Amino acid sequence: MRVGQAIKSLFLKEFVEAVALSMRYFFAPKATIDYPFEKGFISPRFRGEHALRRYPNGEERCIACKLCEAACPAQAIHIEAGPRREDGSRRTTRYDIDMTKCIYCGFCQEACPVDAIVEGPNFEFATETREELFYTKEKLLANGERWERELAANIRADAPWR
Amino acid sequence: MIGWDTAMMLLWIAFKSVLLLVILLVTLAMLIYVDRKVWAAVQMRRGPNVVGPFGLLQSFADLLKFVLKEVVLPDATNKALFIAAPLITTILALSTWAVVPVADGWVVADINVGILYLFAISSLMVYGTIIGGWASNSKYPFLAALREAAQMVSYEVSIGFVIITVLLAAGSLNLTEIVHAQQSGLGTMIGLPNSFLDWYWLPLFPMFIIFFVSALAETQRPPFDLIEAESELVAGHMVEYSSTPYLLFMLGEYVAITLMCAMATVLFMGGWLPPVDIAPFNWIPGVVWFALKALAVFFMFALVKAFVPRYRFDQLMRLGWKVFLPISLFYVVLVAGVLVAFDLAP
Repeated sequence: MRVGQAIKSLFLKEFVEAVALSMRYFFAPKATIDYPFEKGFISPRFRGEHALRRYPNGEERCIACKLCEAACPAQAIHIEAGPRREDGSRRTTRYDIDMTKCIYCGFCQEACPVDAIVEGPNFEFATETREELFYTKEKLLANGERWERELAANIRADAPWR
Repeated sequence: MIGWDTAMMLLWIAFKSVLLLVILLVTLAMLIYVDRKVWAAVQMRRGPNVVGPFGLLQSFADLLKFVLKEVVLPDATNKALFIAAPLITTILALSTWAVVPVADGWVVADINVGILYLFAISSLMVYGTIIGGWASNSKYPFLAALREAAQMVSYEVSIGFVIITVLLAAGSLNLTEIVHAQQSGLGTMIGLPNSFLDWYWLPLFPMFIIFFVSALAETQRPPFDLIEAESELVAGHMVEYSSTPYLLFMLGEYVAITLMCAMATVLFMGGWLPPVDIAPFNWIPGVVWFALKALAVFFMFALVKAFVPRYRFDQLMRLGWKVFLPISLFYVVLVAGVLVAFDLAP
């Protein structure tokens, strides 16, 4: 037994097997992608950077109901509502999200009755300063404009399950 | 007053040295890239692929990064020795290449005790490590340096015996002669033309494996990099080093690795000899064969890094002293006995 073991280890039996195995993996398709040049698949439910959407006529969707603020477990959202307008609806005067507090749980999106606040497919919004991550209403609306096509497509794709 | 001839000869040697150095360092940069690529491929990753085409310039980018960083000299260090240690490692590592024949007659110093010179210089490289660890004046580099010195010394013993078996078979300490001696061997004895069967890897087979594994341990490559342990222990004796001194340590280490590849090629794989001495193979210049063989050994070095788990220190010492030393000692006696008994000694 011990002699057999000694012979096995002297002639590097397991080593040779390991070489064969690693050569198989050497030529196997790569598990990784060329990240900055090639992006992986992202689910329509992906919860990335936030955006505030508008109706096709340009009207803001958000009606300052503050359900998202109430739902937010990290208390990252701060909303101030403006006065009631002639049509009886309200709009926000402030809509801030502290992206450093946000835990990307998606509860704001779930809570929103008008699909105004959504989490988009973008995850590349690293900044050089902390302050840049305190998103304001303008920033969120701008995100909404930039990502509207993807956001609408994602909501449509996920609609049958909601 | 030195004569014209002496001056010309010195110039010629200097030219050869500089040429070898430049080629060696560029090759080294590529080898580091190959190392990382092979490692990545076995783990199904892509490895460096952004700097230059296929990431080929990655090593040069790293070089630039190292050189441009600040050299940090911790307060408690012994400044002179702290700076000297990486220089010692690098210069010694580079100077070993002087005696390595990359093709027939292509060698800076064709000295008759070439292998002894190699052995002496690579033994001296322990000093770079231990001085670096001591001069850092910090407990972790110091402990690492002690362990590393122990490791290098242990495996030098078995490498020494492996080399002795080759010397017995070749009958010369000159590396060029050792390669020439591999032109005839087991293959030619049974009537085949000069081929890879004549090289020493076959008659001295277990020695080849012991040399390879000892070379891994000697150069602190995985699976014997337990002292450096990049991911956990940061860098062993190089903990306090940064910037260019660190680069020099790394450079010395990698040159030592290329030297081990070259030694495996010269001692066991017939140096610049073509694998089969017939028409299409012996048209290719020897230096190409040498490079290919050394690259193959380096490929194994890189491959081992990817699939072998790291040794524990006591296992490392056990392997060195209780396995390799008796086997190589036994083989020295065996080879000497066979050479005398069958009157094969050169």
